[in-house]
Amino acid sequence: MADETTLPTPDVSPTPETETYWEAAAEGRLLVTECTDCGRVYHPPRARCPDCLSEDTEWVETRGEGEVYAHSVTRQTGPPYDDATPYVVAYVELAEGPRLLTNIVTDDPGALSVGQPVEVCFHETDDGEHAVPRFEPV
Amino acid sequence: MTDHTAAIAGVYEHPTRNAPDKSTAQLHGDVAAGALEDAGLTTADVDGYFTAGRPGRVMSMVDYLGLEGLSYVDSTDLGGTSYVSHVGHAAAAVAAGKCEVALVTMAGRPRSRSGGGGPPSGPQADFEETYGIGTVNMYALAARRHMHEYGTTAEQLAEVRVAAAEHAQYNEDAMFQEPVTVEDVVESRLVSDPLHLLDCCVVSDGGGGVVVTSPAVADDLDRDCVSVLGHGEAVKHHDAGDIDLTHTGAVESGPRAFEAAGVTHDDIDYASVYDSFTITVVETLEDLGFCEKGAGGAFVEGGTLQAPDGELPFNTDGGGLCNNHPANRGGMPKIIETVRQLRGEANDPVQVPDCEIGLTHGTGGSLGTRMASTTLVLGGDR
Repeated sequence: MADETTLPTPDVSPTPETETYWEAAAEGRLLVTECTDCGRVYHPPRARCPDCLSEDTEWVETRGEGEVYAHSVTRQTGPPYDDATPYVVAYVELAEGPRLLTNIVTDDPGALSVGQPVEVCFHETDDGEHAVPRFEPV
Repeated sequence: MTDHTAAIAGVYEHPTRNAPDKSTAQLHGDVAAGALEDAGLTTADVDGYFTAGRPGRVMSMVDYLGLEGLSYVDSTDLGGTSYVSHVGHAAAAVAAGKCEVALVTMAGRPRSRSGGGGPPSGPQADFEETYGIGTVNMYALAARRHMHEYGTTAEQLAEVRVAAAEHAQYNEDAMFQEPVTVEDVVESRLVSDPLHLLDCCVVSDGGGGVVVTSPAVADDLDRDCVSVLGHGEAVKHHDAGDIDLTHTGAVESGPRAFEAAGVTHDDIDYASVYDSFTITVVETLEDLGFCEKGAGGAFVEGGTLQAPDGELPFNTDGGGLCNNHPANRGGMPKIIETVRQLRGEANDPVQVPDCEIGLTHGTGGSLGTRMASTTLVLGGDR
């Protein structure tokens, strides 16, 4: 399911609170969380709603579509990304609402713009155990 | 103006900017001695101690400094603004009768001691650190969004550096003492666009100390003391995905400090504004209310920030951009330069005439994402 990448993809450490998210990511699905009490859709996942602290929350599968909220082409950084420059760090606003931190995968970072439509892709972590969501221009 | 609850009686900025020959604890010792000497006090007078960051927990530093009989300690860690908050916390502790002489110290050696890691990760780590984030690119995201929403330009951001560099030429301890032009800034290499190398602060070893006392203690000292008139702090975060990168916690900390002090913007003669990056200053000035939201770029044009004649003289030591950003935490020098201005002890060409009310603003964490903001209003009437 995962796509090829030249970006370093450090392993993640799922917790009881986040393992469903990471299992879905390994299957190529991007989840967010919704509070069934107050309706808040949020990210990153957590067991209790960050608005009302209700425990009645559920996973929602996103369409994996969004637009660039802000982006930066990083040209200098430390390990493990120092050999991957230039690469793009961005916030993407999902169609479902939440803005999440991610990378934009593109051969032409100079052409990116705020508001540009993007869609999710998934990259296997370096140890092959998990996968993380990134985005690419539509 | 409200009654003063506490005073700053002593400050000390370590002159080093590169300390391969000293331990971090040793720098704490240097600045403790310097701040107490400036106040005319000794460790025997200290009954409150405040610190955060390296090299150890507050107990280790109390032990190392040989402080005894402390009745109050605080190791609140809000990144670079920790020490600005410490002054506010110390003033509250003094006002509550918990202590009478509070010592604040900070030190670090990020320049000579490479690596060593950052702060402990929070529960968000897998959702952020995976993507190659760092201090510069996170601030760059805020700059990008500010430019997108408000039309702020790279040249406007550069004006912040130009003003800081203008001031730094008079500070013999500053890391960079050469004046720069807007062209120098926008033509310096991009580190993480839209931020150029000269949009970024220095990396320096060093530290600083502050002594906060009760008004009664201050009145007995043979030293100009500075009143802590107001303090406000705030934490701003991702709001679970509803993040806005264009404002900071200063929208909350500023009004709290102004209200506590009973002053308005027109009363502020000088401001130390946290300047980890040029965008930090532009967003902060807007959020503190010195101009309309989104107008910060235009506000800093035309020498607004330049001492002594600008509308709002700022960072007359050269700030974090040119002078000092010890331990990657720039709050401490911000306090110290405000005190120098209020005492009339800033470098001559940049001393603001009749400087009576000063503002100190600290920023910790990552701009607009997960951050702390602290505002102090200080008065030189004591």
